[in-house]
Amino acid sequence: MRRVINRHPGSGSRIALGLLPFVMLAALYLFSSNLRLAENPNDKLLPSLNSLGAAIHQMAFKEDQRSGDVLLWLDTAASLQRLGIALSLSAALGLVFGIALGVVPYVRATLSSLVAALAMIPPLAILPILFIILGLGETAKIALIVIGVAPCITRDIALRVAELPSEQLIKAQTLGASTWQLVLRVVLPQMWPRLIDSLRLTLGSAWLFLIAAEAIASTEGLGYRIFLVRRYLAMDIILPYVVWITLLAFATDWLLRQLRARVFPWTETR
Amino acid sequence: MASVTVKRLWKEYGSTVVLENLNIHVKDHEFVTIVGASGCGKTTFLRMLLGIEAPTKGEILIDDRPLLAEPGPDRGIVFQRYSLFPHLSALDNLLLAADFAGAPFAARLFGKRKRAAIDKAEHLLNTVGLSGARDKYPSQLSGGMQQRLSIAQSVMREPKILLLDEPFGALDPGLTADMHTLIRALWREHRMTIFMITHDLKESFELGSRLLVFDKLRHDPQAPEAYGAGVTYDIPLAHNKVGKDQGVPTLA
Repeated sequence: MRRVINRHPGSGSRIALGLLPFVMLAALYLFSSNLRLAENPNDKLLPSLNSLGAAIHQMAFKEDQRSGDVLLWLDTAASLQRLGIALSLSAALGLVFGIALGVVPYVRATLSSLVAALAMIPPLAILPILFIILGLGETAKIALIVIGVAPCITRDIALRVAELPSEQLIKAQTLGASTWQLVLRVVLPQMWPRLIDSLRLTLGSAWLFLIAAEAIASTEGLGYRIFLVRRYLAMDIILPYVVWITLLAFATDWLLRQLRARVFPWTETR
Repeated sequence: MASVTVKRLWKEYGSTVVLENLNIHVKDHEFVTIVGASGCGKTTFLRMLLGIEAPTKGEILIDDRPLLAEPGPDRGIVFQRYSLFPHLSALDNLLLAADFAGAPFAARLFGKRKRAAIDKAEHLLNTVGLSGARDKYPSQLSGGMQQRLSIAQSVMREPKILLLDEPFGALDPGLTADMHTLIRALWREHRMTIFMITHDLKESFELGSRLLVFDKLRHDPQAPEAYGAGVTYDIPLAHNKVGKDQGVPTLA
């Protein structure tokens, strides 16, 4: 009998094993839901598949009676737009400041403690400040995500730059590189894939900040909708929304990973 | 193209003396091999020549002018490893030197000048036997190929002085003969002054035109750090005398 650590599942059983927990969770849900509904047909906590389907149909494929919008798509577009703008801004800021911190000792001496302190501020604690200063519009929501995410990306990039072998930087100088040329041709190209990794890691907290901001002040958005229908205990809408958000987050992560492998083949061959 | 003069050079870290009172004059186009026990300051000496380490006392002159205290295009370097750029193909690794020299802002050449740089890079790749690896990334090359590429990369910028820090230390012994032929050919063709640190005594005798042995001149058993190393042997190697024409062999 071989040791457990040396026994690997085959490719077919690996997929089956991966699906197993999901199937079990679904089964558990259906079982509990049936149990509750048998006792009280009006129970709202664990809606049946039928009512979930009806709610999805209502939200995703039918126009809202009042506004004439299809709510799921309206919410998705609003949330993804906020997330996209905020993440692009954070990536740009993180890249510029991270590289400056990592490459230039004077910038590092001046700014590294500030960035470290900024990264420690719990962003949700300053959300009221943002709403007061920036108003309840889009700016405050985007600012919250940027404040939450950009310092982390900055620190991550600065660390990655510091991890570049000193031999590389010295070699570039002996090839005649100025600081600018060194950043442009040696440091920056090696940071793009790191930036994608960094974005993937911060995606979770970005969604957290997005939903928090939408929950408090918004007129559309995935987070807004969840918190709105909470008042009616509408689990049949909340649950599909949560699954949808998870799918979106997963798809973004997958896309970023594909992008990294396609655009930066040299990172795959080491 | 460059002579190197080292005058009364000392290097100390705190109370530890690494090098003491080093006086060396190296003529233009000499090939100096440096051997010595571990920790006797060979690498420190090379790092001072490179400009990334400052002498405690004394000075280093290149062509009678004080050495610039940072790495520059007049002094090329090949480390034991890590000196290639992993995100660039073999050809682009060589072109980088031309890009740096010719395009201060864009750091990239275009058009006719790029064509000329590619021609030069391809010629060098051919010289070091890597024309087949033109479009490969460094991580796809073997250790020996990486070192040949790294040497070619340094030569691309045509430095007056080439510094080699145990460049073949991590390679299979079988490969070093090829590397020796290559480095000697490049030395003759590009007329550089070369400093090379090695652990391999046989290599140090065979390869260069002059051999320096670094070791402690004095020794205090109670305080081994009190005295630093100096040059204990300075041996001219007649078989590789500067100017002796042996033709320019190239690698297949």
